[in-house]
Amino acid sequence: HLTTSLPLPSERDHLRPRIDMIVFMIDIKSKCSLKNVEASLAHVDASFFLGKVCFLVTGVGRVNYCSVDMNAIWKLGEAYCSPVLFCELELEGVRVATAQRLLRMLQICAGHIPGVSALSFGTLMRSSADD
Amino acid sequence: MDETVAEYIRRTVLKIPRDEIKMILQKWGFLSEAQLETINFHQIKDNISQDVVQLCEENSADIKQAAVLDIIYNNIYPNKRIWSVYQMNKTGEETEFFDLTDFKKKFKRLLRSALKNVTINFREYEDNAIWIRIAWGTPYTKPNQYKTSYVVYHSQTPYVFISASVLRSNLPLLCQALVVASNYQDIREMELRSHSLNSLKDIVFKRYSQNFQTYCPRPLTERNVAPETVDLRIIQENRNEKERIQRLNREVFGDGPQPKIEFAQYKLETMFKSDPKMDVLDKKEPFRCLVKFSSPHLLESLKSLAPAGMADAPLSPLLTCIPQKARNYFKIREKKGFLPGSFVSP
Repeated sequence: HLTTSLPLPSERDHLRPRIDMIVFMIDIKSKCSLKNVEASLAHVDASFFLGKVCFLVTGVGRVNYCSVDMNAIWKLGEAYCSPVLFCELELEGVRVATAQRLLRMLQICAGHIPGVSALSFGTLMRSSADD
Repeated sequence: MDETVAEYIRRTVLKIPRDEIKMILQKWGFLSEAQLETINFHQIKDNISQDVVQLCEENSADIKQAAVLDIIYNNIYPNKRIWSVYQMNKTGEETEFFDLTDFKKKFKRLLRSALKNVTINFREYEDNAIWIRIAWGTPYTKPNQYKTSYVVYHSQTPYVFISASVLRSNLPLLCQALVVASNYQDIREMELRSHSLNSLKDIVFKRYSQNFQTYCPRPLTERNVAPETVDLRIIQENRNEKERIQRLNREVFGDGPQPKIEFAQYKLETMFKSDPKMDVLDKKEPFRCLVKFSSPHLLESLKSLAPAGMADAPLSPLLTCIPQKARNYFKIREKKGFLPGSFVSP
């Protein structure tokens, strides 16, 4: 499901399946994108932040056009205990690799991988990032 | 042939992209087809221009022919200059028959009586446009052919498009000459400027696709569904919102391409409104501020703001009124019930 902001429109509530993972996409070229994500985070139930939320920062290939402060993004990831991924959508290779990563995470969050839970995977990602 | 003329022709030819040189020389018509055949248009431009000057030498070109070549160049590449729009008006309903010879005579006479050293050339085009090229001099120096002003006058309309050059001091004289020659009473500068002459014409002649208010209680189902492959596994949660934005955008901007302007400038002379406790200029005196929007194609980028999620739809009428009001330089003063109509035309 793609949406531009949260909360989701209520008219489709009855049609929506269970939500296993939320990926917040932040365009590094647009401050407005970060603000939008911060505003939408307030509408997410706390239980999602146990490994079912991830931040995806796009547009990182063009260093000249960065409008968003990286520190702000790191802080966001720490505050919400969620991993931060980076990608450049315009490069096909990176795009495909990121999609595969997200798909893997989704499989874990949906419980399709036996022995690995969303929470344990989330802590795994965070502790490796802290190194 | 005068050396300055030769140099001027050489430099004009150098400005033209190599693939277009032959076509423009043919339009010029000063060199015969036989002469043009002798030029190798595949060599480097430096050599082409030398060849052209050589042939002009044989034909004894003077400044008049050189000026015509310059007009042709500027007519084909008008976007290299900035054009301003002026509107003439007169009281009384009589639409007099426009006499071209009379216009030219009066124009030249007025300019020459005020300033002895000017080069004036005219060229008429099929769309009723009269192109006037003026090279300015001073009472003591010959006209500088590199400091030229251009005027495009559509005789069936009260509009004049002027690309003045650095010498803006000659502008009042130029305007005076235009008014007298065309039998109008006065002329005023519209606050409309752009590099794209055709877009300026589109705006003042209302040739762009305008939005018409249509009463549509239910939005029409999209006739042009995006041709991209629709993956049924992707569900757009905000489809209604997206459609609303598209509809509003279409209402405001219309369906066709927008006229091309590069700037919009807003000069604010409004009161700064702040928390009274902060005591920062609160309603004491106007807060002078200049807001300038620039883009290679401003109106198209404004049109794509809301669909791209960068701005809320509908956009501020200050931005969307640009083609209708035919201006892109605004002065905004404080007024009760703040409306775009509160602008003061300078």
